[in-house]
Amino acid sequence: MSNSRNPKHDISSEVSDKETQIKAKKLQESFISGKISRRNFVSTSVAIGVSLAGATAVVNQVEAATPKSGGRLRMGITGGATSDILDPGQILDAYMINVSMGQVRPNMTKINPDGSVEGDLSSGWQASNGAKTWKFDVRQGVEFHNGKTLDSTDIVDSIRHHMGPDTKSGGSGVVSGIVSIKEDGKYGVVVELNEGNGDLPILLSDYHLNICPSKGDGSIDWESGIGAGPYTLEEHEPGVRTLTKKFANYWNSGNDSHFDEVETLGINDPTARLAALSTGAVDAINNVPAKTASRLKSMVNVKTLISTGNKQCTMPMLCDVAPFDDQNVRNAIKHIINRQELLDKIFFGYGQLGNDNPIGPANYFRANTDELPQREYDPEQAKYFLKQAGLSSLSVKFHAADTGFTGAVDAGALMRESAKAAGIDIEVVREPNDGYWSNVWMVKPWSACYWSGRPTEDWIFSQIYYSKADWNDTHWNNSSFDKLLVEARSETDEAKRRDKYVEMQRIVHNDGGLALPVFLSEIMGYRTNISVPDQIANNWELDGHLAARRWWTA
Amino acid sequence: MPNIISMIIKRLGLGVLTLLLLSLLIFLSVEALPGDLAETILGQQATPETVAAIRKDLGLDQPPITRYLNWLGGVLQGDFGNSLALKKPISSLIAPRIQNTLFLTLYTAAIAVPLSIILGLAVSLFRNSYFDRITNTTALAAISMPEFFVGYIMIYFFALSGYFPSMANINANTPLLDKLYLCFLPALTLTLVVTAHMMRMTRAAIINVLALPYIEMARLKGAKPSRIIVRHALPNAIAPIVNVVALNLAYLITGVVIVEIVFVFPGLGQLMVDGVKFRDVPVVQATALIFASAYVGLNLLADIISTISNPRLMRQR
Repeated sequence: MSNSRNPKHDISSEVSDKETQIKAKKLQESFISGKISRRNFVSTSVAIGVSLAGATAVVNQVEAATPKSGGRLRMGITGGATSDILDPGQILDAYMINVSMGQVRPNMTKINPDGSVEGDLSSGWQASNGAKTWKFDVRQGVEFHNGKTLDSTDIVDSIRHHMGPDTKSGGSGVVSGIVSIKEDGKYGVVVELNEGNGDLPILLSDYHLNICPSKGDGSIDWESGIGAGPYTLEEHEPGVRTLTKKFANYWNSGNDSHFDEVETLGINDPTARLAALSTGAVDAINNVPAKTASRLKSMVNVKTLISTGNKQCTMPMLCDVAPFDDQNVRNAIKHIINRQELLDKIFFGYGQLGNDNPIGPANYFRANTDELPQREYDPEQAKYFLKQAGLSSLSVKFHAADTGFTGAVDAGALMRESAKAAGIDIEVVREPNDGYWSNVWMVKPWSACYWSGRPTEDWIFSQIYYSKADWNDTHWNNSSFDKLLVEARSETDEAKRRDKYVEMQRIVHNDGGLALPVFLSEIMGYRTNISVPDQIANNWELDGHLAARRWWTA
Repeated sequence: MPNIISMIIKRLGLGVLTLLLLSLLIFLSVEALPGDLAETILGQQATPETVAAIRKDLGLDQPPITRYLNWLGGVLQGDFGNSLALKKPISSLIAPRIQNTLFLTLYTAAIAVPLSIILGLAVSLFRNSYFDRITNTTALAAISMPEFFVGYIMIYFFALSGYFPSMANINANTPLLDKLYLCFLPALTLTLVVTAHMMRMTRAAIINVLALPYIEMARLKGAKPSRIIVRHALPNAIAPIVNVVALNLAYLITGVVIVEIVFVFPGLGQLMVDGVKFRDVPVVQATALIFASAYVGLNLLADIISTISNPRLMRQR
């Protein structure tokens, strides 16, 4: 568990002589580890001279942080649709990610709240050959819901489901670097990559790569919804309601997954979600619009949960179209964006300032402010860059629609005002929402866009900023960046790897066509009958979508 | 009587033709939308290879005309095909939804139809009084507000205070009493939306009849106003009232997707919208046919009732 069971109060600080202090320390330890009862702890503490208030404080703090078993979690989640199918390759949105990966069919690896990666159905791994060859250990003693024991065939078939020329999986891009995956005995799996990639364990936590039981003929049984997760699929009405129940033979029971049953409801309307939380019809909701987040605070027995991950709103400029083909013009534009104003007025303060760099708070090798100082609103600097470009004034169009990101048109209007001080005239063009991604984004020279972000630096860089990437939405081509990208991928020395990624972030920041004003927060709400650990994951909403495993009944 | 039978046969024939044309129209409209199922279910993760694999698997690589004729051939044999996205028979998808939608329709109708006819009779009895004006204004105000807004107002007053649930997430196993309780707010919202129409039509039809000489005769022979309206005017005003009731019932079956979303109600409308969103043509087709059949059937029923209510039409040659 990520939460600490150590209470803040220490009863030994209340007594003066050394011997009693030791006694008090031991007493507190045995209570924390559950060796003595609460009654025993309180009476003995008071007997050795600790105040009743002090002893009670320890009891409360310990019990609040100790996950309790039992109860029911009901979540109201967005992104469910009647067409949701159980095929892990076709998982598309929050609802199915939460049900499949978060409750029923966990992956080989999972991301911890602190951002590190940990084995889930895989118990460990070693990389060799410059991170090109990987050996994964299959966790032993894991049982599927149908009683089958997990072995290497299940893992191999589950990953192969997303590979090959005939795959129908949305996760095929994630595993595109895998040349082969083979069983190595009953509890070992060997993966060969086309080039070194130190991020493979993180890639395997992708929400498509759920582990399903093998049918024995090379395919997997995804139709039944059977997995090796803490909860079994009992009822599933696509996009409407899913009920899962505690799996008696779950390998890690007692350590995670404390609920008896979990009910997931698809609630796509934001007002309906808020009403359901407010009336207690559900215990937790995701995707609260920033506009209505203040309503959560006024609700009784409801707490707000905020996590800022890599979800980012961006304003890509096409680096091969005038005037943005001049690096100085791009830099001038990056300096006339008043990021703080956008964050406060468009996103109601729920987010973090961006720094024209796609690596966000949930990334491991994000450059800190010493390595890459925060870019501020600076019209003088913008004027300087314009002069470098040989211009005295500039007139550009910003194409926006709410599909790009919510509030994009208003953001354009704010930028128009802040750009005037630098002699830049921005015309905000309101585009239709329909067809925005095909007609505006990557077509107009400067547009609004958003990305949910990626857990690894390599992933987002090679998907969007590599010169030959399919989604190079800034049409940016920087050979030193491309070179570093390949080098960093197979670098196994962490310090050297970090240096390379920081350097790449610096290059994007200074030369790229990306203006990234804000990282957006996920705003969630939960009722106080549920306990949530102090630190929650920010790779996905709802505690990395593992709320059913990490939260418990209060 | 032979009149009615020949009318029914003619209407059913025209109905089938309507459904056929409609299915073609829907098919073409969904085809005209950008993108197909393969692209939408893959979203941002789409690569040309995976898109091609899904298309091949679902037969989306065949020309539209072949796909339409295949579908039509199946329907003529009573097979509505499989949902492309779920790969399950359409019937298993639609059966629970249609039950839910019909339940909500009947529930709403059971409140709204008597309410609006009684109110309609009452306001025509006391026409131009304050009662008439207040009732009319309230009903018009309710119908003028967008449905989702009426829904939110209901949630604000009745759900947040804890009297009724804000979510009507029923399923096949929900007991009837629970269903009535869970669906109260959506039914009430829809009642507010449809009442004005039916009430005002009742009022207008009755007042129209009241201007006729035979009503004057009844008045002269000393009948009470309430008796004049219920016994003398109402039977002759049934035709327009039944027609507007039928139209509103059809609306309750087909047009409540917004109310479904606000109250998280698993009905047919949501299924169709998801079908359109994911370009799942068979689902869209099947739901559209159900909606169209509801219109055709209810209108036919309304015509039969108005014909029976009018002896002149019954004896027409």
